[in-house]
Amino acid sequence: MKVIYADNNATTQVAPEVLEEMLPYFHDLYGNPSSMHSFGGQVAQELKEARGKVASLIGAAPDEILFTSCGTESDSTAIQAAIVSHPDKRHIITTRVEHPAVKNLCEYLEKNGYRVTFLPVDRQGRLNPEDLYKSLSKDTAIVSIMWANNETGVIFPIEEIAQIVTQSGVVFHTDAVQAVGKIPIDVQKISVDMLSLSGHKIHAPKGVGALYVRKGTKFTPFLIGGHQERGRRGGTENVASIIGLGKACELAGEHIEEENERVRYLRDKLENEILKLVPNAMVNGDREHRLPNTTSISFEYVEGEAILLMMNELGICASSGSACTSGSLEPSHVLRAMGVPFTAAHGSIRFSLSIYNTEEEIDFIIAKLPPIIERLRELSPYWDQSKTAAASQ
Amino acid sequence: MWEYTDKVVDHFLHPRNVGEVENPDGIGEEGSLACGDALKLTFKLDENKRIKDAKFQTFGCASAIASSSALTEIVKGMTLKEAEKVTNEDIARYLGGLPKEKMHCSVMGRDALEKAIAYYRGEAEKEVEGELVCECFGVNDVEIERQVRESNLTTVEDVTDYTKAGGGCESCHDKIQEIIDEVHGKPHVVRLKPVGLTNIQKIKLIEQTLEREIKPSLKKDGGDIELIDVDGNTVIVKLQGTCATCVASQVTLKHYVEAKLRELVTPELVVEEVQS
Repeated sequence: MKVIYADNNATTQVAPEVLEEMLPYFHDLYGNPSSMHSFGGQVAQELKEARGKVASLIGAAPDEILFTSCGTESDSTAIQAAIVSHPDKRHIITTRVEHPAVKNLCEYLEKNGYRVTFLPVDRQGRLNPEDLYKSLSKDTAIVSIMWANNETGVIFPIEEIAQIVTQSGVVFHTDAVQAVGKIPIDVQKISVDMLSLSGHKIHAPKGVGALYVRKGTKFTPFLIGGHQERGRRGGTENVASIIGLGKACELAGEHIEEENERVRYLRDKLENEILKLVPNAMVNGDREHRLPNTTSISFEYVEGEAILLMMNELGICASSGSACTSGSLEPSHVLRAMGVPFTAAHGSIRFSLSIYNTEEEIDFIIAKLPPIIERLRELSPYWDQSKTAAASQ
Repeated sequence: MWEYTDKVVDHFLHPRNVGEVENPDGIGEEGSLACGDALKLTFKLDENKRIKDAKFQTFGCASAIASSSALTEIVKGMTLKEAEKVTNEDIARYLGGLPKEKMHCSVMGRDALEKAIAYYRGEAEKEVEGELVCECFGVNDVEIERQVRESNLTTVEDVTDYTKAGGGCESCHDKIQEIIDEVHGKPHVVRLKPVGLTNIQKIKLIEQTLEREIKPSLKKDGGDIELIDVDGNTVIVKLQGTCATCVASQVTLKHYVEAKLRELVTPELVVEEVQS
C-alpha cells in the first residue's frame, strides 16, 4: 500500500540530498572534530560550514548557533540558561498553547518555586500582546513564546512580541521548531534573544537541533562537559546529523517559496474541498496567520482516533488532538485553550504537508475522507440526534 | 500507536449490529460528548424473554466502537439474568484483550447494558448514590469502589484506565487512593496536619535541619552555612567557604536551603542572606 504522508509537523522524511551528504561521516570521515590530527580536524571544517548554513537560514551569525540533540534540548537550554543567569528573578511568561517541551518544563519550574504566567489565546488561537505587556515585571527572568503552533499552524506576531519583551529588558526565547523552513525568519530584523529549531521537522534526521543565542545574551550551559560548542554545550558533536542539518537548512532556504506557493495551494485545496464536502466541519485557528502547510479540521460528532485508524487502512497518515490519541483522557491542551467545544475537539484532525506531497495525494485524501466521516457518523448516537434537531427546526 | 488485537480491529472496521432496534424493550445510554465517548444500546426480547436483537450506536475511538460491537454479540440470545452477569472483563476477553488505558471502553459497555436492563425492569433513572470523587469525568465513590473490587485494581492509574476517574485535573488522586486502600483492607493512613510551632520549636527545628540535612551536602562542595537569626518566618543565614564566593549561591539558597527548610519545618519560611 502506498503511504500518503500528511503528518509533517510530527516528523519529516530525510531529504535524499541530506542523506547523501551525511553518509561519508559514518565511514570515511569519522574523526572527532576536537582532535589535533588533520583526520579529525577536517571534520571541524565541515561542521563550521554546516553552522554557517544553519545561521544563514535565520539571518544569524555562525557563532550564534549552538548545536543540540533536539528541539526539546534547545528549549530546555534556553529557559534554564535564562533563569540560572538571573537567579534573583523568579517569574516566567509563556502561553497556554506551547509545545510540551516548554509547557511541561514551565509547569515543573512552577512546582519548584517559580511563578509562571500562561498567557491565554482567543477562539482563533491568537495572542493578545496587551496581556503580555501587562504580565511583564521586574521579576520576569524570561518570556518564552512559540513562533508557530504545531497543532493549528497559527503564527504569533513574534515581531511585536519580541519588541515588547526586549524593550523591557527581559530575555525573549521563541520555540520556532515549526516555523523554521516554512516561513522566512530573520533574527536581524526581529529582536529575539534565543530561538530553538529542530532537524527532523525540516528533512534532516531525528536527534539534532540547534539553539540560536544572540551575541551578548547571558548564557549558562545546560549540558556541562567538554569544551565543544565553545564551552556552551558539552558532548562530542553528532557530526553526521549536524552536516545533515546544515544541508537541510540550505535546502529549506531554497524551497521556502515553493512551501509558500505550491504547498500552500495544496493545503488550501485540501481544506476547502473537505469543508465543502463534509457538513459540520470547521477549521481550528486563525486562517489568516498560519503556516502554509498546516490545517486542523474538526469533524463534529465523531472521534479523532477512529478517523485516523480508518485513514490508516488506506495509507493516509495524519494526527489528531483527540483525547484517545494522546493517551490522556482529555483532548489537546491547545484546542482546550482556544475554547474549541468538546463536540469538535474530540474529532479534530491535523494534516501537515511538505514539499514532497503531490496533488494526486491531496485528491486521494479529498476522495477518501468524506466517506470515512460519514461512516463514523452513522455509528454515532449524536449524529442522529443532531439531524433530528436540524430537521425539526 | 495503540496495540489493538486483530479482533478489536475487525470489530472496529466491521462493527456488528449498528443502529437502533425498533420498539426496543431496553435502552441504555452511557458516556457523553464531553467525555469523548458515548454508547447507546437498545435490545428487543423474544417470547421466551431472551435478547433477540441488540444494536448499538457509539461515538468514540476504535476500542469504544469494538467494545460496543462485542457487547451486542455477547448478549444476543441471553436471558436478562444471564446478561446482567456480563462484566467488562467479559467484553475485553471477547476481543482478545484491550490496551490497559482503554479498559474504560469495556466498562462503558457494561454500564450501558445495566442501564438498558434497568430500563426494561422499570428501574430507570436510579438515583445517583454516592459521593462525587472525580469532577472532571463525573465519577462517584460507589462506581470507583465497585470497579476496584471487580477488576482487582491496585493503583490510581488502574482506576483511571478503567473508570476515567482521576484522568483530568488529578486533584482527586488522594481520594481514589483512599478508596483503593479501603477495599484492599489497608490501614487508613491519617495524615497529620502540621501543627503550629512555637518560636522556640521553630528555631530548634531550623537548627536541626541545617545541621543534619543541609550542612553535610554543602560541605561536600567545600561550602558551609551559619544560622544568624530567625525573624518571624525569615531565616537569616550566612554562606561560608566556597558558597560565599560561588556565583550560583543564590540558586543554592533558594532552590536548596529554602526548599529544604520549607519541606521539613514550615512552608512559610523565607531564607535570606545576611547583608555584609
